[in-house]
Amino acid sequence: MSAIEKIPFGAVADHGLLRFLTCGSVDDGKSTLIGRLLFDTKTILVDTLQAIQRSSARRGLEIVDLSLLTDGLQAEREQGITIDVAYRYFSTGTRKYIIADAPGHEQYTRNMVTGASTADLAIILIDARKGMLTQTRRHSYIAQLLGIPHIVVAINKMDLVGHSRQTFGQIRDDYRGFARQLGLADVRFVPISALHGDMIVDRGENLDWYEGPTLLEILESVPAIHGEHVEKFRFPVQYVCRPQDSTNRELHDFRGFMGRVESGEIRVGDSVTVLPSGIETRVRDIQVCGESLPLAIAEQSVTLLLEDELDVSRGDMIVGSAELPEVNRQIDAMLCWLSETPLEPRRRYLIRHTTRESKAMLAGVAYRVDVNTMAQQAAERLVMNDIARVSFKLAQPIFVDPYAESRSTGAFIVIDESSNNTVAAGMIL
Amino acid sequence: MSPATLPRITLSHLDWLESEAIHIMREVAGQCASPALLFSGGKDSICMLRLAEKAFRPGRFPFPLLHIDTGHNYPEVIEFRDRRAAELGERLIVRSVEDSMARGTVVLKTPDEPRNKHQSVTLLEAIEEFAFDACIGGARRDEEKARAKERIFSFRDEFGQWDPKNQRPELWDLYNARSFKGENMRVFPISNWTELDVWQYIERERLALPSIYFAHRRPVVRRHGALLPITGLTPARAGETIEQLMVRFRTVGDITCTAPVESEADTVAQIIAETASTKITERGATRLDDQTSEASMEQRKKEGYF
Repeated sequence: MSAIEKIPFGAVADHGLLRFLTCGSVDDGKSTLIGRLLFDTKTILVDTLQAIQRSSARRGLEIVDLSLLTDGLQAEREQGITIDVAYRYFSTGTRKYIIADAPGHEQYTRNMVTGASTADLAIILIDARKGMLTQTRRHSYIAQLLGIPHIVVAINKMDLVGHSRQTFGQIRDDYRGFARQLGLADVRFVPISALHGDMIVDRGENLDWYEGPTLLEILESVPAIHGEHVEKFRFPVQYVCRPQDSTNRELHDFRGFMGRVESGEIRVGDSVTVLPSGIETRVRDIQVCGESLPLAIAEQSVTLLLEDELDVSRGDMIVGSAELPEVNRQIDAMLCWLSETPLEPRRRYLIRHTTRESKAMLAGVAYRVDVNTMAQQAAERLVMNDIARVSFKLAQPIFVDPYAESRSTGAFIVIDESSNNTVAAGMIL
Repeated sequence: MSPATLPRITLSHLDWLESEAIHIMREVAGQCASPALLFSGGKDSICMLRLAEKAFRPGRFPFPLLHIDTGHNYPEVIEFRDRRAAELGERLIVRSVEDSMARGTVVLKTPDEPRNKHQSVTLLEAIEEFAFDACIGGARRDEEKARAKERIFSFRDEFGQWDPKNQRPELWDLYNARSFKGENMRVFPISNWTELDVWQYIERERLALPSIYFAHRRPVVRRHGALLPITGLTPARAGETIEQLMVRFRTVGDITCTAPVESEADTVAQIIAETASTKITERGATRLDDQTSEASMEQRKKEGYF
């Protein structure tokens, strides 16, 4: 019986949802690893499996090539490349997982940044034969930059190094030194063979010297996001509900502020401040679909009713009165340029931060970061895949926390109004 | 300040998915001037209506419901569609592929061919007629590999085309729904749901469904490894044996290309148990039109399909 079959479906408490990112190239066995996770958690169904069995046979392979499970679009097959982030799903019965599968090549920094932006955990794949490579440093830097709280270094292809404990130990020690420099806090290591399935879902028989958890056990035990730290209450207003129903007295004056608790939690009676007005009031009620709740926690979409009748609209933010964010018209940030059209320093762009938008102008580029060496270089222009420290001047104030403290109130995107395209992503310092 | 405490609870996976979908719908309402919610009476769009209630009640939905009707329907589903819209008191717009055929904008090769792909034309005509700048749909990324790479806010040009190589970057939950006149966003709030999540949500929210989702006896024939329902539109071919089997539908679409599966499951709980242990994908089992080529969904999306 495999490990996954021991978990009776629906019989265990729901441990929520974990989003993770896999970093590595095809050569590291990333597709095989994802295929293995899907296959060993019984996510792959017969017709899909038959399709890849046929493909494997067509390509003259003796064993089923699990990497074909993540085979992409026609456009990608034609060009033999991966062009975009793909999202894949599996569930163990206790937890649901969303995998962001981003291509690992240098020119696709922007795709990794995209996948990392919503990830709670990153699996960094290292080929045991090769050890730490430039791309390992690049992936780790981006994971750190995007604030992914948990890192799992999966040292793959252990079967090709004789399942050597020493090789594993050497790579682990190398990475630890680098992680310290980079400031990565929570790093775990696991030796695996994606091809044979060792230490991924099942332990296998080849790595008996390793006594730590399997990769899936790590994924199952990582604390849920927002469950680890005390957070400040942040509630960007998305939409204002005013039914103005003259036949129903209660609804006639109903004024509900709809949004999602981005961080922290809120109870009926709590003191809150509405930004930008700065007016303080209390929460009168928390509702979902007409039902009242005593409290709302992070990531919950609710409707807030306030004690005082205030003019609040989309783009405003309701925050805990004891822990106000900064109200800024100038921001310093790390920026990743995503567009094929380079940054034009004299142009006006649009910044979207939470539900708020403001015109913005570049105030300066402090330096560009070489993602392979983390060296800082002088730069004036930014092109696709560049990461740089910049500052912007804004036409309207925004309500910010440092990205390192709060991803949702520390992140922004830059929009080019001439194309309406999203051209950059920023993390406020 | 009160002493620091950690939240005692975090969201269950279903709560998280629900909250994400509500957030996405509210972003559409906040960013788009003239959205519509696609509603067919199928299970995914039934979940979408529940999510819209959670997102916008006690207010009205900030969008009408829109059904692109192939004319190849099970009557139970159409009856359910109309009843549900009336119960909610929301406006339902129906635009029909048959009207596009009458106008000459849809031309069939054979009179009884599946009309799923022709929905794209009628949808684009409806978008133009009502100047919709966003259409919210119940597609999921687990359904198909082209969907696995599509954004939650998926930009379409004037021809409704999806360009997989030129998608807008989508980071965090900062969605960019901006478009110019004539262009359109397709928005998929349940992108991150699986078939099982949908059934679990239906159970938790006690959502009513058209009866054909539950096991019932129906005349079918076996063709190319699938069960084909025998209806006025889809008669048996010469030499085929009609069997009376207990079946249910996993998806509901054009009659001519939606096949049921054998099942005794007549409650949501039994369907969940079957879904959790099923061995065949939803589309693999039941959508004959997706099997025509490895890339057929990708191709249809490029042509304006949802």
